[in-house]
Amino acid sequence: MNRFDYIQPTSVAEAIAAVSEPGSVYLGAGTNLLDLMKIGVSRPQRVVDITRLPGLDRIDWLPGGGVRIGALVRNSDLAYDEHFAKTFPAVAEALLSGASAQLRNAATVGGNLMQRTRCAYFQDLASACNRRAPGSGCDALGGENRLHAVLGWSGHCIATHPSDFCVPLVALDAVVEVEGPHGTREIALDSLHALPGSTPEQESTLAAGELITALRLPAEAASFADNARYLKLRERTSYAFAVVSAAAALEMEGDTIRTARIALGGVAAKPWRAREAEASLAGTKPTAEAFAGAAELALAEARPSGANAFKIELARRIVARALNFALAGTPQEMPALPASPFSTNPGAYHVA
Amino acid sequence: MALSISLSVNGQPRDVELDDPRVTLLDLLRERLVLAGAKKGCDRGQCGACTVLVDGRRINSCLVLAASLDGAEVTTIEGLADGDTLHPVQAAFIAHDGFQCGYCTPGQIMSAVGLIAEGHAGDDPERIRELMSGNICRCAAYKGITEAVLDAQNTLAGAQSSRRDAA
Repeated sequence: MNRFDYIQPTSVAEAIAAVSEPGSVYLGAGTNLLDLMKIGVSRPQRVVDITRLPGLDRIDWLPGGGVRIGALVRNSDLAYDEHFAKTFPAVAEALLSGASAQLRNAATVGGNLMQRTRCAYFQDLASACNRRAPGSGCDALGGENRLHAVLGWSGHCIATHPSDFCVPLVALDAVVEVEGPHGTREIALDSLHALPGSTPEQESTLAAGELITALRLPAEAASFADNARYLKLRERTSYAFAVVSAAAALEMEGDTIRTARIALGGVAAKPWRAREAEASLAGTKPTAEAFAGAAELALAEARPSGANAFKIELARRIVARALNFALAGTPQEMPALPASPFSTNPGAYHVA
Repeated sequence: MALSISLSVNGQPRDVELDDPRVTLLDLLRERLVLAGAKKGCDRGQCGACTVLVDGRRINSCLVLAASLDGAEVTTIEGLADGDTLHPVQAAFIAHDGFQCGYCTPGQIMSAVGLIAEGHAGDDPERIRELMSGNICRCAAYKGITEAVLDAQNTLAGAQSSRRDAA
């Protein structure tokens, strides 16, 4: 790890001013940034520790039914907040399927959104990586890439965004509140993470110095509470990133789908909202054919970026299965293995 | 730049002068406070051997800067036993052979203490395995570990209810 200056501001304004110095970074819990600093991928001159900023660790329910989550709320505190988990169950399930209990106790909401890709070539300083060192190339192309992107990638970068949390959030129209040198603004979560194009080093649409202060879920997102799931396929039972994951949420009217929400994880450099697939389900009966059709639409533009063609069919099946799980109903209690297709207590089956 | 922090470690107040902000909590404990119970396994938050409690919550001590912890209460494996009397989780790990080489054990035990305090596992072995998945055991003593956590949880719950009965 390189030497750096460490400062701990006590107000958002002070933090924004402090980070304006070139080479500065915000430090939340550090579960991703500190790791990247240890391996030399991140070499900040100045670390601005935001964990003591006041007022950013609260969950506030808004008039009308939405919720505002402070950027410093810890992942486990949000996932185990009973009201939150009942209102947005797929989000709680995604949180509990990510990382380990220790990491969830530390990691913050804002930090989860801003975490970097786990592409091995991004982390290996001996490898070419346009995301880490613009213009150096991409060793993932033609390398070990069976877990890389199948949607939205470019010849410059095929990395994926690793977050579970962001997948149901983007399906539920989450909004990010941001404060920066030029004041405050809001960004739809769907627009926060950038696809690589020819500038993969631009990972988000945040401007220099901007700080995520809160995350909001609108009241409408609560209308899916009875039929919302997150499903995540991993290469081991627990404590692993998704090979492919999907959030599925249905708003039912009798035996007809009024509205559907679908997003995928592990397939692109951002959480991938599948709007055409959602539209295909609106007003239809929840049949196997309808779900298969939606899954087909969700992956319509997918193409392998290497030895990962299997992920496309896998993603179709995970979408269809997540929709089936959602249709069966949100489990009364959190499954023992959240989001896992292998849980011996899958939760959904007992009410199916 | 020098940074002064004050924290409580196993109930003892400690004032620490850091000459370098790069010091993690794990390095502070092991190298400066001579508390070598928490182990440096991967140093990347992947193995859990460095697990300690900070303000009652289990975290990976390798992934937090000591400088950020001014005022925190830290509990390590050295702070669990009461004199020669082992903490119920320590006793249960021995009773159930919850280890072989022992390297991961301080982290496993601190993680189990955190898990029991969190109270989300009930008596379901699958939930315990899932919530202990941040602690890797290279000797694969997982069966004994799961049994030890279940047993310790019952002991602690029993101790709590007998305190209630006595009151």
